[in-house]
Amino acid sequence: MAIITYRQAIKDALAEEITRDESVFMMGEEVAQYNGAYKVTEGLWERFGDKRLVDAPISEAGFIGLGIGAAMMGLRPVIEMMFFSFVYVAWDQAVNNASSIRYMSGGLINIPLVIRGPANGGTNVGATHSHTPENMVANFPGLKVVAPCTAADAKGLMKAAIRDNDPVFVMESTILYGEESEVPDDPDFIIPLGKADIKRAGTDLTIVGHGRSVLVALKAAKELKDKHGIDAEVVDLRSIRPLDEATILKSVKKTNRVLVVDENKPYCGVGAQISHLVQRKAFDYLDGPVHRLSAVDAPAIYSPPLEKIQLPSDRDIIREVELMFNINA
Amino acid sequence: MAEIIEMPKLSDTMTMGTLVNWLVKEGDSVSAGTMLAEVETDKATMEVENFEDGVVLKLYAKEGDSVAIGEPICAIGEKGESAPDVGGGKSADTPPAKAEKKEEAKKDDDAKAKDAPKSEEKEAGKAGGEKPAKTDAKDEIPVEEKKTDDSSKEDGDERIRISPLARKMAEEKSLDISAIKGTGPGGRIVKDDVLAAEKAPKPAPAKESAPAAPLSAADLLEEKTLPVTNMRAAIARALVSSKTEAPHFYLQTEVDGAPIAELRKALNDRLADLPPEQGGVKFTVNDLILKAAAEAVRRVPAINRSWKGDTIVQHGSVHLAFGVAVDDGLLTPVIRDAQSKSLRTIGSEAKELIKKARGKKLKPDEMSNSTLTVTNLGMFGITDFYGIINPPNAAILSVGATVKTPVVDDKGQITVGYRMKVGLSGDHRVIDGAVGAQYLAALREILETPALMLV
Repeated sequence: MAIITYRQAIKDALAEEITRDESVFMMGEEVAQYNGAYKVTEGLWERFGDKRLVDAPISEAGFIGLGIGAAMMGLRPVIEMMFFSFVYVAWDQAVNNASSIRYMSGGLINIPLVIRGPANGGTNVGATHSHTPENMVANFPGLKVVAPCTAADAKGLMKAAIRDNDPVFVMESTILYGEESEVPDDPDFIIPLGKADIKRAGTDLTIVGHGRSVLVALKAAKELKDKHGIDAEVVDLRSIRPLDEATILKSVKKTNRVLVVDENKPYCGVGAQISHLVQRKAFDYLDGPVHRLSAVDAPAIYSPPLEKIQLPSDRDIIREVELMFNINA
Repeated sequence: MAEIIEMPKLSDTMTMGTLVNWLVKEGDSVSAGTMLAEVETDKATMEVENFEDGVVLKLYAKEGDSVAIGEPICAIGEKGESAPDVGGGKSADTPPAKAEKKEEAKKDDDAKAKDAPKSEEKEAGKAGGEKPAKTDAKDEIPVEEKKTDDSSKEDGDERIRISPLARKMAEEKSLDISAIKGTGPGGRIVKDDVLAAEKAPKPAPAKESAPAAPLSAADLLEEKTLPVTNMRAAIARALVSSKTEAPHFYLQTEVDGAPIAELRKALNDRLADLPPEQGGVKFTVNDLILKAAAEAVRRVPAINRSWKGDTIVQHGSVHLAFGVAVDDGLLTPVIRDAQSKSLRTIGSEAKELIKKARGKKLKPDEMSNSTLTVTNLGMFGITDFYGIINPPNAAILSVGATVKTPVVDDKGQITVGYRMKVGLSGDHRVIDGAVGAQYLAALREILETPALMLV
C-alpha cells in the first residue's frame, strides 16, 4: 500500500495497462508532449513514445470517432477530454455511435473504449467548462459510467474500464486530483464496475453519493454524529451505470432514511434515479421521504462565492438531515 | 384374601404413572386379561392388565392421580370382602394434580362451547352475507367509497401522517395509529414514535365511541404454571444426564440437497398415486435421510457404539431412533435393524411409529435401545442446529432445511444450489472427531449420490 494522489493513481493505472496490453493507447489534446492539461499523463510520453501517447488536434469529433474505429478494429483507446464539457462537440461519436454499435452489429463488434477526464464544477472556469454529464451519458443503454472519489477507486475503476469490452466513461474531478489516499500496489488491483462501496457504516441514515459529494458527505457525517448523535452510513456509488442496487437497498433497509447527494444538476439527475429506485423497491422500509441535494438548477455560476453555494456542501447536508429528523437547529 | 394391585413399571425409565382413566369401577367382576386402567407413563399411555379373578373392591387411586411404582392403585378380591386399608398418604399427595387435570378438562369444554357458536356464525355469515354483496356490489359499494374519499379530501387534516415503515410496524404490533403522536416533520409518525407507543402503558379505552378496542399482542399473553408431565420429566432427566455425563462435540457438513430431492420426486411421481396393493407409497425426505443414515453406519460402524463405563459396545445392528414432536414433548421411536431394511420398509415403519407416537401408543420396546438417533427440524425452516445425544447412543444427527442459496460450482461460477446442513453431536468418551467426520462424509456422499443406497 502506498499513499499517492488521485492524479498519480490514474497515471499508474494508465501506465500499467499500457505496459500490460499492447493494444492500449492514450489519445487527447496535449496528453503526450505537454504531459496533459492537468498533468495526469505526465512522463508517459517519454516512457511509452508516440505510438502509445497520441497528441490529437482540437477536434473531439475527429479523435473520438477515430477511437471508435480503432476500438472496432480491436485496439483499446483511452481518450482524454481536457474537460468533459468538451464531449458535446463529439456527441454523435461518443454517445450515438459508441452506445449503438455493439447492438446494431448483433453483438459482433465491441467498443472497448474509455473516455476519461475531469467532469466537475466548482473551479471558477465558467459555465461551458463545468458540466457534470454523468446522468446524460448513463441515460444511454450501451454506455457505462463511473465516478471515483478516492485514489484507490480511481485506479481500480480506471483499470476495470480499460479492461472492459464496452465504452466506459470515467468522470474525474480536478478538485480531487490532489487528494491522497492509500492504493494497493498489486498491478492487477481492479474495482469491478457496478460495485458500490460503503465508505462509512452507520445505522440512522443512508447518504448516497458519487464523486466528490462522497467526501463532502463523509465530512458532514462526522459532524452529524458529534452534533446530533445521528450515525450516517455513506454509500459511494462509484459506478453510475451499471448501478449497484443491492448495496443501496440493503443500506436503506437498515437505516430507513435516505439522502441522495451529488453535484449533478437536479433535473433528471442521478439522484432522481436513486430516489425512484428506493421508493419503488424499499417503500415499506422508509421512515420518511427520500431527500435529495444536488447543484443549484442553473448554469454553473462564474462568481466564485456564488459558485460555492451552487454545489452541495457539508453545511447543506447537515441542514437537510436536520430537516429530515425534525431537528430545529 | 384380597389382592392389592400396584402401579406397575411400564417403561424402563418410569418412576411415576398418572392414572388417566379407570376402565373398571368398584364392584365390577374382572378376570385375568381384563384391562383395569389407562396409565400415562413418561413415554406413552398404556393399559394396565389384570391377572386376578374376582371383583374390584376398591379403587385407591383416582383418575388424574400421579402414583409411584409399587403404590396400590386398587384391590381385587371375593365379592363382599372388605378392601384392605392402604393408608391415605398417597391420595393426600395427589389432589393438586387431579385438580389441575379437571380444570384443564373444564377449560377444554369451555373452549369447545365457545368454538361451536363461532363457527356457526361464520358459516351463517358466509351464506347470508355473500348474496347481497354479489348482486349489489357493483352499484352501491363504489358510490360509498367515493363518498368517503371525497369527505376525506374536504377535511384533509384528518389524514394521519405516517411513514410507510411506521405504518407497517404499527400494523405488525397491532397499534392504533390514531393514538400515536407523531414527532417527525409536519407531525408525521415515524419509527421511533411507534416504538415509543409500544413501550408506553396502554391508555384506558375510556372514550365514548370505542366499544371494540383493537386486540393488541399483549392481550394474548397469559401467565400460568404448568404441571411437569411424566414425559417432560423423563425428557428433563435423560437430557440433563446426557449433557452432563457425555462430553459433546459438534460437527457440521453441508450437503447438496438436490439429488435426494430429485430422487424423492422421481419415486413419488411414480408411486404416490398408485393404490397400496400395487405398491403405492409416498416417501418423505425424512425416510430417505433415515435410509441414508443407516447405510452410512454400514460404512463407518464405529459411530454405532455405546459407553458402558468400563467397556464400549459396538452394536451389530443399527437401531435407528428418530425424533417425533408430540404435544408437550418429544418421542424417539426406533426402527430396528435399519441397516438391512429397504426404503419402503423404513418408510412404512416410520409412518406407523409416528402415528403411534402422536397417539401416545408407542410401547416401551418401540422406543428403547436405539443405537443412533436422527432429528430433523427442516420442516420448521431451521437450517442448522445440534441435538443433545439420546443415551445410550454415541451420536445424534441434526438435519436442517434444504435452502435455495447461491453456490460456487466446480467451474467457479455462482449458481443456484439446494443446500442442506447436517450436524452431528458426538459423545467424546466413545468416539472422536475423526469418526464423526468420517461418518458425516459417508452420509454426505450417500445423500449426494443416492444410488449408493442400492448397492
